Amino acid sequence: MCYDHTTFFCPFCFPSAVRVGLFVTCLVDLLRPRIGFAALKLLEAAGCQVIVPATQTCCGQPGYNSGERPGAQGLALKLVEEFADCDYVVVPSGSCAGMIRAHYPELLQEFPARREAVERLCAKTYELADFLVRVAKLEAVPGRFAGTVTYHDACAGLRELGVKRQPRELLAKVPGLSLVELPGAEQCCGFGGTFAVKFGEISTRIVDRKCQAIEATGADAVVLGDLGCMLNIEGRLRRRGDRRTRVLHVAEVLAGVDGEL
Amino acid sequence: MQATSMYFKARAREKLRDERLQQALARLQTNFVDARARAIAELPDFEGFREAAAQIRERALADLDLYLEEFEKNATARGAEVHWAATHQEAARIVCEIARRHGVRKAVKSKSMVSEECDLNAALEAAGVEVVETDLGEYILQLAHEPPSHIVAPVVHKNKDEIATLFEHQHRRPRQSEIEALCREAREVLRPHFLTADMGISGANFLCAETGSTLIVTNEGNGRMVTTLPRVHVAITGIEKVVPTLEDLATLLRLLPRSATGQSITNYVTLSTGVKGEGDLDGPEHFHIVLVDAGRTALLGTALQPMLRCIRCGACMNHCPVYQSVGGHAYGWVYPGPMGSVLTPAYVGLENALDLPHAATLCNQCGVVCPVKIPLPELMRKLREKQMERGLRPWPERAALRAWAWLAQRPRAYAWATRLGARLLKRMAGEEGLLHRLPFGGGWTDGRDFPAPAGKTFRELYRSRGGS
Repeated sequence: MCYDHTTFFCPFCFPSAVRVGLFVTCLVDLLRPRIGFAALKLLEAAGCQVIVPATQTCCGQPGYNSGERPGAQGLALKLVEEFADCDYVVVPSGSCAGMIRAHYPELLQEFPARREAVERLCAKTYELADFLVRVAKLEAVPGRFAGTVTYHDACAGLRELGVKRQPRELLAKVPGLSLVELPGAEQCCGFGGTFAVKFGEISTRIVDRKCQAIEATGADAVVLGDLGCMLNIEGRLRRRGDRRTRVLHVAEVLAGVDGEL
Repeated sequence: MQATSMYFKARAREKLRDERLQQALARLQTNFVDARARAIAELPDFEGFREAAAQIRERALADLDLYLEEFEKNATARGAEVHWAATHQEAARIVCEIARRHGVRKAVKSKSMVSEECDLNAALEAAGVEVVETDLGEYILQLAHEPPSHIVAPVVHKNKDEIATLFEHQHRRPRQSEIEALCREAREVLRPHFLTADMGISGANFLCAETGSTLIVTNEGNGRMVTTLPRVHVAITGIEKVVPTLEDLATLLRLLPRSATGQSITNYVTLSTGVKGEGDLDGPEHFHIVLVDAGRTALLGTALQPMLRCIRCGACMNHCPVYQSVGGHAYGWVYPGPMGSVLTPAYVGLENALDLPHAATLCNQCGVVCPVKIPLPELMRKLREKQMERGLRPWPERAALRAWAWLAQRPRAYAWATRLGARLLKRMAGEEGLLHRLPFGGGWTDGRDFPAPAGKTFRELYRSRGGS
């Protein structure tokens, strides 16, 4: 190993860099593509060779959580194929990464022929911040942020994958950024996928409490790692008349990609 | 109890607008959530206890028939009489029959959720027995003609003023405003009932197979009086409450109060073993134990079996963002919160509680706090699957999910559709970048805006930048 390049991904030490498949997720693809590019930038900064399989779509979570098992299975099998060649799969979403790691083995248990492939996928799939800290051991981040942010621990990342300290460690590396803890950071924002539409009023009440807590911190932005929760929190903040507090994905802040796209 | 779980949505809407309820629910945080956090921090190796407790419960369920037989044998040897009820109706009938046999005119009760399942009070009253609830919360609800809204704190939805008004009207005494005075008043009213009742009815938090004992944990003295003062004691409980040994009970007792109220132990832990013996100063002359199935064995060996581990601590509801928002009455049956979202459809029928398995964000806070590690979100997902298989969900929902899965399995069509969607939504949102109304998404936009897409999809931009 060379003197300066101590990470696993150093292209000088490892000429054939580790191949990381980026699973962009359907919500990022459709709604906020710059999160995908931010993730790409961060992975490249960590020295990874990033692959973005062109046929990727959705991990099957909406169907799985709604009880539509056959559709979810179809999508899961498709994803297992698409990322079979990668050394790692990285997802800028705690719930989609959690879907793969925590739920694919159960969802695909009726397909014993794919068991090994599923186990391999589970073992190599990471949520973005988790990957950058624990696997890539990213030292410096490209982004900078002038202001105060607070962090919301989205449920799936936190409770399915144990993502808690990783994003905070990374945010601490962003020049200019100061982090203020959010009271009740681990409490659900009320999104819950289709729950937010089926039980709109209850969901709104839950996210209202979250918004109050965010506003009370006085932070310039609330940062989190799951697009569904971001849409929910941003949607309620705006409806409450808050145009000031920005809602940013942790990748956007770390990569310094939080402008127009 | 009549299940009204089909009206969850309408009830929830009503409860969201009930200011007094909302203030009452806010107290859950300090009274239960914070208290539990402190209490489990005191226990070295909480996770170890949790694992042990889950295993004890699972072991009991694996050989449920054997432990129940052992329980019956040991209870009978101590002079108790064990009755088996297959249904709620049968359970109520058995208790009424016991009352008739012993010429009972008045019964005092300590809290029992199974008796709520069985509508026991109504059955006894129809049989000419006066029934008095003696748990303070349950007593208040009896006066108010309401069902409990929480399994540990049944009256958590009411505040002091409401209770003061209720007492003033029902007791016809001067209005008291302090909690101590209200408690004293209830005690004064209840005391003569304990002394004049012929029958005491309790539930059982656990049954101990090894000794044939029933166990209750309480914080008011009423539980002990109900089980010892009247000449007849009836314990009514679910068959799944059996635990192999006293040592197992000791493990579970370290978790139950901590998870429920944040206490290291409750004020009273009462083990009832057999009838009053010769030379005993107190205790019942007759001890009847009614073991209720009512849907429980139907869960054995199914994906829902872990639900039978439940020790009724209520931690899942205290930590549930949905329960915290709407309270227990919205759930429409005996068990609210995440446990109710599984138990109610399981016991009263999937088609009679359509919304409950969906009334959760799957945040898994309930699963994390459950002292016996019941994977509640997974069980709700299982119920959702069953509803879908049986075609019980509304067709637009089924069609939308199937259409999404169909489209997402066809990357070209999907890419085209998302490109179109992204542009359309961006245009609809205009300069502001927010959608105030969404077609088919009123549930979202009634309370929230929807942040509009950027206009181009990631895959489009990636390709135009030279990616594959």
